[in-house]
Amino acid sequence: MTTSYLLTGASVLGEQVTDLLLADGVIAAIGQDLTVPADAVVVDARGLVALPGLVDLHTHLREPGREDAETIATGTRAAAAGGFTAVHAMANTSPTQDTAGVVEQVWRRGREAGFADVRPVGAVTVGLKGEQLAELGAMADSAAQVRVFSDDGLCVWDPVLMRRALEYVKAFDGVVAQHAQEPRLTAGAQMHEGTVSSEIGLAGWPAVAEEAIIARDVLLAEHVGSRLHVCHLSTAGSVEIIRWAKQRGIDVTAEVTPHHLLLTDELARGYDPIYKVNPPLRTQADVDAVREGLADGTIDIVATDHAPHPREDKDGEWASAAFGMTGLETALSVVQATMVDTGRLTWADVARVLSFAPARIGRADSGPRAQGRPLEAGEPANLTLVDPAARRTVVPEQQQTASVNSPLRGRELPGQVRATFLRGRATVLDGKVVDPLAAGPVAVDPENADITARAGGAR
Amino acid sequence: MKHLLSTADLSLDEAVGLLDTAAQMAATQDREIKKLPTLRGRTVVNLFFEDSTRTRISFEAAAKRLSADVINFSAKGSSVSKGESLKDTALTLKAMGADAVVIRHQASGAAYTLANADWLDAPVVNAGDGTHQHPTQALLDAYTLRRHLRSGTPGVADSAGAVGKDLSGVKVAIVGDVLHSRVARANVWLLHTLGAHVTLVAPPTLVPVGVGSWPCDVSFHLDDALRDVQPDAVMMLRVQRERMSSAGGGFFPSPLEYSRLYGLDARRLAMVPDHAIVMHPGPMNRGLEISADAADHPRSVIVEQVANGVAVRMAVLYTLLAGEPAVPATNERS
Repeated sequence: MTTSYLLTGASVLGEQVTDLLLADGVIAAIGQDLTVPADAVVVDARGLVALPGLVDLHTHLREPGREDAETIATGTRAAAAGGFTAVHAMANTSPTQDTAGVVEQVWRRGREAGFADVRPVGAVTVGLKGEQLAELGAMADSAAQVRVFSDDGLCVWDPVLMRRALEYVKAFDGVVAQHAQEPRLTAGAQMHEGTVSSEIGLAGWPAVAEEAIIARDVLLAEHVGSRLHVCHLSTAGSVEIIRWAKQRGIDVTAEVTPHHLLLTDELARGYDPIYKVNPPLRTQADVDAVREGLADGTIDIVATDHAPHPREDKDGEWASAAFGMTGLETALSVVQATMVDTGRLTWADVARVLSFAPARIGRADSGPRAQGRPLEAGEPANLTLVDPAARRTVVPEQQQTASVNSPLRGRELPGQVRATFLRGRATVLDGKVVDPLAAGPVAVDPENADITARAGGAR
Repeated sequence: MKHLLSTADLSLDEAVGLLDTAAQMAATQDREIKKLPTLRGRTVVNLFFEDSTRTRISFEAAAKRLSADVINFSAKGSSVSKGESLKDTALTLKAMGADAVVIRHQASGAAYTLANADWLDAPVVNAGDGTHQHPTQALLDAYTLRRHLRSGTPGVADSAGAVGKDLSGVKVAIVGDVLHSRVARANVWLLHTLGAHVTLVAPPTLVPVGVGSWPCDVSFHLDDALRDVQPDAVMMLRVQRERMSSAGGGFFPSPLEYSRLYGLDARRLAMVPDHAIVMHPGPMNRGLEISADAADHPRSVIVEQVANGVAVRMAVLYTLLAGEPAVPATNERS
């Protein structure tokens, strides 16, 4: 028996104000004067925007291998706190998510944690080495049902290998998510190559190294008739190339991160490696271009590239520090600040770029655990309630993620997630994460019944 | 001035003040007893993560002539080579009571991080960080330029005569591997602050993208630059031969072509005014960026730069540790 929730006075996608009844894992009814079970928990949602549960196409959960930075449990807690009900866990774990066994393990650990659906991303090549295709078919056919493949962190730079990957995943409607970085143009690169890098003497990561790969890949995708997803696009030139490709009818989608919507390379002047990220923070002109691209639909989605790192990996001289920044718990606020409050996107657009579209790209929008579905009666009760009027100051130590490498420390951001529901079960309530298993042992949770059965079986 | 990290941080008064203090220090170095009691009981740590015998002994000489105790901490043969972090090294130095830390590091920004990360209270002197800055080199270059070109007596080098002056009207050509050069960056900003006009000369591959924002001109042709600019000083930068190989970046086709197009030799030296001086931060690649004729020419001040380096570093340590310039800054720039 799961708890029923009545959300009263919520603004659905920032539009119609109504009540929603969540029962038995689905949105049972929407409207006024609903027939409500006597034991339903009433959530006062007046002033809150109801969005479909957010879906992140680009998350680093670090488990297995770097549990000192993040675990599947802490990473999915962070996801829930940020309004997400599903995350795609990138493949650069140790061991690499390049076999059916590893992706199934990650998928299962996600179900055990219970804060958000974990959809493993499979490596394109064995060990992310860029030499030989990993067993993409086995990962697709595994219990994890992998549909997104990426060597993220490294580029599939070999054009023949990229072509093969694009072709091969058509067999199971997969997509290659490319980390676009020409390796020879970025050997030793530390930050965006431009005015700031020239003055402060850090090796440059030129925009052309991203744009050249994107240009090549959209042409390859066109040639073999495959779909392509471009990870964390960061330059004005990349936006132009994607715009051109879409006009040409090429099946390409693109993502931008919250940090590339907000921050610029000027922040590197203090040599604080909290701002070291790959692709690097770019110029204000690039920030303006990616905002414009997201507003006009050239860029399909926002994805976090949540990349937790332990303190010691960010505590030293810039060149020795790790690339990456956390983002799950601030993504929605950054999108509100840069896109909604500036009039570029409506909340319905936010639902598109942070839920519907990423779920569709990852083929997570159908099946028994469908994500990114409309907020309609009969749909899975995956949704989040955000208070757009709230203001909050980012304190990394107070976040759910196990790492504190947020570039937004001390910044005041708009918007606060008040509640998140995963198939009708609250993962966040009153702004606080709810332990899904606190109510009792795993066996009494119907959502985890099958996994409990597995755990008790031969495995 | 709490630290010396970048010449871009120096105001005109601070820069002139340091040069004037250096002139006073230099005056004491002609005495039989060179040692001053100023920093007695203070400890200066030379923290060198990168080999540089020349810079280290220059700082060591400067500190010792001010009677400071000197600890040389080199990455080789220390815990640093075993992977100790910059942070732990800094905490160790703090615990040992370092009064000032002179740091040389292969990473750009390492001095900045050491000074600003809250690990250490002591003043930090940047003795070269990656491809970022080498402020004491630029100060000694400015000091050398000033005593030759602003002494008040044309053709006569005079430190005392140049006191209080900046480098207004002085034209300097800086030639070579600007892209990888902390000396070039440090000089461009310091010389600009002092009122000099800088022209960078390099093959386009060795000029950084983004140089357009720098306060200087850029030329790709040494002959044209020498003829058109008529510089008062030509500063040659060290070029590493390995920059030629594809593994090293393939920045130019061959050392011979580099020498032909960008090397300073007797023919090119004849193109500049008679009073122009030849400078090089050392160590030189004779036959690559500079010929023996140019390096050993009467107008070459390369050896004098080394001597001036000690005086300038004395001035920097004195200013940071004794807290005030020895000479009040003057507003008269004549």
